[in-house]
Amino acid sequence: MERQSLSVSELNNLIKGLLEQEPKLSNVCVRGELSNYKIYPSGHHYFTLKDSESSLRCVMFKSSAVKLRFRPENGMGVTVYGRVAVYPRDGAYQLYCSAIMPEGAGDLQIAFEQLKAQLASEGLFERSHKKSLPQFPKRIAIITSSAGAAVHDMIRILGRRWPMAQVVLLPVRVQGAEAPPEIAGALRYANEFKVADVIITGRGGGSMEDLWAFNDERVARAIYASELPVISAVGHEPDVTIADYVADARASTPSNAAEIAVPDWHEILDSINSYEIRADQAMRKKLLSLSEKLEALKNKRVITDPSAHIDNRRIELDHARDRLTAAEERKLSRCRQNFLALTSALDAMSPLRVLTRGYAIAEKEDGSTVKSVEMLSAGDSLSLQLWDGKADCLVSSVSKRSIK
Amino acid sequence: MAGKKLSFEQSLSRLDEIVRHLEKGDMPLSESLALYEEGAGLIKRCSEMLDEAEQKVVKLKKGPDREPIELPFEDESQNDS
Repeated sequence: MERQSLSVSELNNLIKGLLEQEPKLSNVCVRGELSNYKIYPSGHHYFTLKDSESSLRCVMFKSSAVKLRFRPENGMGVTVYGRVAVYPRDGAYQLYCSAIMPEGAGDLQIAFEQLKAQLASEGLFERSHKKSLPQFPKRIAIITSSAGAAVHDMIRILGRRWPMAQVVLLPVRVQGAEAPPEIAGALRYANEFKVADVIITGRGGGSMEDLWAFNDERVARAIYASELPVISAVGHEPDVTIADYVADARASTPSNAAEIAVPDWHEILDSINSYEIRADQAMRKKLLSLSEKLEALKNKRVITDPSAHIDNRRIELDHARDRLTAAEERKLSRCRQNFLALTSALDAMSPLRVLTRGYAIAEKEDGSTVKSVEMLSAGDSLSLQLWDGKADCLVSSVSKRSIK
Repeated sequence: MAGKKLSFEQSLSRLDEIVRHLEKGDMPLSESLALYEEGAGLIKRCSEMLDEAEQKVVKLKKGPDREPIELPFEDESQNDS
C-alpha cells in the first residue's frame, strides 16, 4: 500500500503552523554571537547568531532595524529578541528579530526589551486601541509629583494656552518602589471618579533608573485600561518608556504634554475671528446679490414706465378689434352671395315666367285653380290668367280624356 | 437656539455650521439675518469666555468614602519630598 505523499510546500507549511502555535517561540530572548552580518539595500538585516556548538539564522526587518542604537558587528556578543518562524521557501526556520542588545547592556535595558516585547505581543501598543484626545478639555488630570519642575511647567503652559480648562492634580511619587502602584492607582482612581476628560502622566528627566516607574508593567496596564485618554510625558526627548508606547499620545517632555493636551487660545480666537469675517462676507454677498436682483427688477419697463404697458395693451386691443371686424365682414358678404343665388333660383321657378311661354291658369269663380276637368261642369264661368292679363270664359262642354 | 446652554466646543461647532450655511447663501434673507445674529452672539460669547477665563488648579485628595475632595493647590516646589 502506498503512503499518502505531501508536497514540499505542504510539509513546510505544516511545520510553519506547528512552530507558530508554540507560544514560547513567539517571544524569545536568545544570547549569542553575531556572524555573517549583512545589511541589504532593502534595509533589512540578515545575520547568524551562534555559540560554540550551534547557529541560528536571523532576520531583522527595516522597521525594527532603524531603531538600533548601536552598529552590530560580527563577533559581537548580543541578546536578541524576537519570534521564531519558518520561511517556507527555504524550508528553514529563523528568528525574526525585534531588537538586539549588545552584551553588557544593563539588566534594566534587558528587562525593558523583554517587557516591551511581551506587551507588544499582547497588543497593548495597538494603534487601533488608542483613543483620540478631546479638542477642548474642560478638566485635565495631571498624575505626577506635586513637587518638582514638571508639574509647574505643565500648569504654567496649560494656563497660558487654555485657561478655560481646570487642572486637577493627583499627586503621586514618581520614583522608588512605591511609585508604580501609586501611579497605576491614580490612573484607576481618575477613571473611577471621572475627575477629568484627559490625563497627563509623567515626570521630568532623569536617569533610566529615575524613569523606571514608567517602564513598570502595572503602570503600562493601568494606562491601557484607562477609559480616559492618557498622554505620557516622561523625561526628555530621547527617553522612551513603556508608558509612551501604551499611552494614547506620547509627549517628548511634560511641557510638550501640556501643548498636546490643549489648544492655544490665540489660535482659537483667530479662528473665531475668521468665522466672524466669513459670516460678514457671506452676509455682504447675500445683500449684494439681493440688491442686484432688486436693481434688475427696477429696470424692467413695467416698473420704469407703467403707461407704456397700458399703451401696449391698448394697441393689442385695437388689433384684436380689427381682426374681429374683418371676420364679420367676410361673414356678411358670404350671406349676401347666398341670398342672391337663392333669389335667382326663386325667380326661375316663378309661375309668371311659365305663363310667358303660352300657358294659362284657369281659375273658378271662387278663385280655386282648376287642376282637373272633374272640377268643371258645362255652364261654369272661368277666368283664364295669362301672363299679361285675364279673360273670362264660359265652359260649353266637358269631356274627360280617358287615361289608360 | 438656546445659545446660553452651549459649551465652548458646541458653540464653536454651531458657529462653524452657521458660517457654512451663510456661505451657501441659499435661504431667505430673514433666515440669513437670524443666523447671522445667532453667529454674532456665539462669536461674542466665545471671545468673552476666552478673554475672561482664569485657570483654576486643584489638588485631589481622597475623602473618607474614597470620593475626591478638591483642595487648593499651592506651590510646593520649595519643600520637595
